[in-house]
Amino acid sequence: MSSAAVFRDGAAVRVKAHFQPGHVRTPFYIKGKTGWVERCYGEFRNPESLGHSGDGLPRVRLYLVGFRQQDVWDGYDAGSKDTVFVDIFEHWLEPAAGAGT
Amino acid sequence: MAHEHEPGEEHEAGPRHELSHWAKRAYAMRDILIEKGVVTEADIRQQAEFTESKTPANGARLVALSWTDPEFKARFMADPKKVCAEMGIDASTLNEFVILENTDKLRHMVVCTLCSCYPRPILGRPPDWYKSFNYRKRAVNDPRGVMREFGLDLPDDVEVRVHDSTADMRYLVIPARPPGTGNLSVEELEKLVTRDSMIGVMDALAAVPE
Repeated sequence: MSSAAVFRDGAAVRVKAHFQPGHVRTPFYIKGKTGWVERCYGEFRNPESLGHSGDGLPRVRLYLVGFRQQDVWDGYDAGSKDTVFVDIFEHWLEPAAGAGT
Repeated sequence: MAHEHEPGEEHEAGPRHELSHWAKRAYAMRDILIEKGVVTEADIRQQAEFTESKTPANGARLVALSWTDPEFKARFMADPKKVCAEMGIDASTLNEFVILENTDKLRHMVVCTLCSCYPRPILGRPPDWYKSFNYRKRAVNDPRGVMREFGLDLPDDVEVRVHDSTADMRYLVIPARPPGTGNLSVEELEKLVTRDSMIGVMDALAAVPE
């Protein structure tokens, strides 16, 4: 399962700035932001299907993705170590050129 | 469309107050589900009673045991659902359960910006403020401001880590054990573990001096 994950722990990833109608679990504020994979949680039924009476299959990989708050919000204290961690499904992620941890 | 009765009328005892749009919609859906035989009134009452029976006491016990028994804490953090089952806490309705431990340098805080995801089997119903737009917005973009309103002013060198539970994971924070509690029993420690400290917006209560 997680051994076949597309993104390894620590990999820099960007959340796709993609807008699709219907039920999605990727919050607006994190779209287009760059962070890193903290770990892969495994595979879960896809809520974008479950939310519309589907069976949620095939299952999709879910990652815990970390972001520096200063990379997410304009004006967040630049010296801050603060982070926000979001659970994001694999098809919402793409490789990025590097994010600080 | 004209209705002969208010939605929910036949299934609710007691005076009917003015309902919000969303409450009316919820009652209408409940009535339709009962009418169509998808669920029964008894099912709904049973689920409501199950939900109401859950209180933060379950979480407080898990935290107090984690404070006093490192071996327990290690097992709890590694496989929280298994440990809950061993203790007779029904966490089976949680998809996945993740335990976060606060330290001197790292503070966790949990939110669900999309709705109100919350470890209900462990903590009971979420407080209203947890579900408010205000908290859901500000928890992610001004977590320190939110914590200050709960009476917590953290130094700059501490990392505030907000967890937005957008998917199948439900998060519980183990707050730091308050100082001066070395000789308290598990039962006494449980009383210091508040719901809000397990959401991560404040500390566990200070020990009351003898």
